[in-house]
Amino acid sequence: MPVRRQKLYTKEICACSIFGAMSRAGERFTGERVIRAMASMHHRGNGLGGGFAAYGIYPEFGEYYAFHLMFTGDASAQRDAKRAAEDFLFRNFDVVHEEEIPHSDDVYVRDPPLLWRYFLAPSKRGEEVHLSDEEYVVRKVIHVNSAIDNAYIFSSGKNMGCFKGVGYPEEIGRYFMLDRLYRGYLWTAHGRFPTNSQAWWGGAHPFGLLDTTVVHNGEISSYGTNRWYLEMFGYRCTLHTDTEVIAYAVDLLMRRHDLPVEIVAKILAPPIWDTIDRMDVCERRKLTALRMVYAPLLMNGPFAVIIAQSGRMIGLTDRIRLRPLTVATRGDMFYISSEEAAVRLISQSLDSVWSPKGGEPVVCELEGGPEGRLEHEIAGPA
Amino acid sequence: MRSLVLPDFTISRSEECDGCRACEHQCPFGVHTYDASNDRMVSDSRKCAGCQRCAVFCPKGAIEIRPAPSFYRPNASWSRERIEDIKRQAETGGVLLTGCGSDKPFRIYWDHMLLNASQVTNPSIDPLREPMELRTFLGSKPERILLRDDADTDPVLTLETPILFSAMSYGAISYNAFQALAIAASRSGTFFNTGEGGMPAEMRPLFKKHAIVQVASGRFGIDAEYLNCAAAVEIKIGQGAKPGIGGHLPGEKVSKHVAATRMIPEGTDAISPAPHHDIYSIEDLEMLISAIKEVTNYEKPVIVKVAAVHNISAIASGIVRAGADILAIDGMRGGTGAAPKVIRDNVGIPIELAISAVDRRLRDEGIRERCSIIAGGGIRSSADVVKAIALGADAVYIGTAALIAMGCTLCQRCYTGRCSWGICTQDPGLMRRLNVEEASQRLVNLLSAWSHEIKEMLGGMGINAIESLRGNRDQLRGIGLHEWELDLLGIRGAGE
Repeated sequence: MPVRRQKLYTKEICACSIFGAMSRAGERFTGERVIRAMASMHHRGNGLGGGFAAYGIYPEFGEYYAFHLMFTGDASAQRDAKRAAEDFLFRNFDVVHEEEIPHSDDVYVRDPPLLWRYFLAPSKRGEEVHLSDEEYVVRKVIHVNSAIDNAYIFSSGKNMGCFKGVGYPEEIGRYFMLDRLYRGYLWTAHGRFPTNSQAWWGGAHPFGLLDTTVVHNGEISSYGTNRWYLEMFGYRCTLHTDTEVIAYAVDLLMRRHDLPVEIVAKILAPPIWDTIDRMDVCERRKLTALRMVYAPLLMNGPFAVIIAQSGRMIGLTDRIRLRPLTVATRGDMFYISSEEAAVRLISQSLDSVWSPKGGEPVVCELEGGPEGRLEHEIAGPA
Repeated sequence: MRSLVLPDFTISRSEECDGCRACEHQCPFGVHTYDASNDRMVSDSRKCAGCQRCAVFCPKGAIEIRPAPSFYRPNASWSRERIEDIKRQAETGGVLLTGCGSDKPFRIYWDHMLLNASQVTNPSIDPLREPMELRTFLGSKPERILLRDDADTDPVLTLETPILFSAMSYGAISYNAFQALAIAASRSGTFFNTGEGGMPAEMRPLFKKHAIVQVASGRFGIDAEYLNCAAAVEIKIGQGAKPGIGGHLPGEKVSKHVAATRMIPEGTDAISPAPHHDIYSIEDLEMLISAIKEVTNYEKPVIVKVAAVHNISAIASGIVRAGADILAIDGMRGGTGAAPKVIRDNVGIPIELAISAVDRRLRDEGIRERCSIIAGGGIRSSADVVKAIALGADAVYIGTAALIAMGCTLCQRCYTGRCSWGICTQDPGLMRRLNVEEASQRLVNLLSAWSHEIKEMLGGMGINAIESLRGNRDQLRGIGLHEWELDLLGIRGAGE
């Protein structure tokens, strides 16, 4: 098959387990409980993918973009990819720190790629000085992911990071020593059950762009439409995953189009026309306009996702709720999970537990809003 | 001059025939006559168009029309059609005319594409139990939305099913057929297109919300009131059956009512030139689009209709940049009332390839959302509709399929004005054969049936809103196609 068509029309499809835990007070905790929760949903995956996103883990580099890079292929390919990627990064960023992402050799994982992280500040030149830092970073991330063979930036936000690979989530968690090395106030996790494609490290969840990460259970049957639309805005879907299009859609809608979460949910999983037609005139016109303008971003097919950003965690299912999602709270802790059992395992006593309606977003933010995180981090322990 | 052409059909009449002469009354081509001397019906098969009207309406079912068994000595280079075309031209000295779309065996790409269906990982959806949405908006969409209480967009057409009736003018088709299309469109929540013949005054208040009025090169029947009595205005640059060719409605079909509607004298030929004589560049088109928007107070989307031709993607890009809200592309299998046969069968490209090329180009240029695409010219079934949308169209035009729903048998004699089914004629006697209420109900039924089928196919793919199908080529696979065709269509081969 010609490479061009292969690139255009291949994607990875999966069903899976998802889990999110957040301290609204901004208290940071290790990934140990999250790993345990994921392990309890072991059967929802098949060992072909697991991953975590953690927020608040790099306070010492909080002002810098933390890039996690994956260099795949054989040793020689990895070296070439690293050289090409670093050449690009060093030309476009000020790199304040770089190191291999720590991992435990005691945990067996299959074919791990070379994993490296860089803490960067944009070094804008020429016409790009007019770009916002975020737009600049997005462009560079997309460039690396689409133009440099075997190099993938799978995490690119500030004070957060993604850790993922091929294996069960508990294996991946221990491989990256998330239970020992990192403390975050927000964790999301994913156990993968790919059914229609081979598993590979880049295709594991979460997928992240800037500080937006997505873990997802289901299969987006509108992937083709979503991808074509996003490509018009400069996004390149190189990882061929449903999470990738969701992350790009969220980036487009929330960062570039400055739409609030509630509206974004109405775009990704809109009410059905029968419901819209019964609304009052003002609401009907608004939702009609949204469906008209953003129709290609409607996410069709069964899905439950957790979208995380700095200081915020959002749970959302498709509009006819074909995938499970449970939400629970305990004190300042907020949980979103594929299964209630996973939450009960780490928090036997809960204040409330419920299943959100299809298409209805559940949003948890730091006390004082997403920006509250900054004050807390300055005041809180490192 | 005696014709040397073999008859196309043979007519057989069984012993059941009781000489009721129904066939004689039904045939507008004078095939059947009563032989009083022998007290029996006789037929002249040379005149037979194969319209099957007599066979259908014979009370005894005694008539059978079949392709004529006679043939010339087989010759791979000189087919019967080639031989007879030459004989006809030698007899008439003129351009050969024909009706309906091209019947040549070009590859029909619809039949070489297969749809996806969900299995296990992604549940298919049962349209009988779950909502399944076909509502479609046609028109320019902004790149982003600015939230206000009165959030709104440019004017758009709202369709309850992604199918519209394509342009068929009053004059080319009968008043009854024209009315039936209008009624069916309004009942089905979609639109009919007046074609270039204007809209009869008495129909305007009734159907203005479901009409698309056309501005063609002849400018027949166009004034400000006409432009404002519709939901959208279409500028017709070309049509798939005869790209680069104008239109010609013979004076015999210009009845008093047609004349009044077209604003021309009764009985005169209505000739639309091939070009618009005020459009010789893309800038001129832009000016016409602007003028129409000005006249209609910027309340109606403007459609530009072109034939699918070689450089269609670049043409489309220019049209979108000229301000068209909707681009209608008509493929080479599009029908017509009358076209030079040589044009119909040799000019243009199939609509499938055109949709794909245009959609890709507009997306590459980042202007796809600035206009919607209506694909026409060869849509024969609900599966074709689904495939067209998956290739990148927003909706489709159907013309021939609508005529068939009303009774047309594609006898290809539209240009004679003797349509035996009362569809493509202005003869009052023939016109009466088409019952408006029944014809409109058939059209409503067709749209209903196709909509149900589209929902079934969408459900199978695990999709419950038609907008998630648009440009979703992942749902298509090619079969029996060459690499270049797969590449052009932007789809993978079956099994990949």
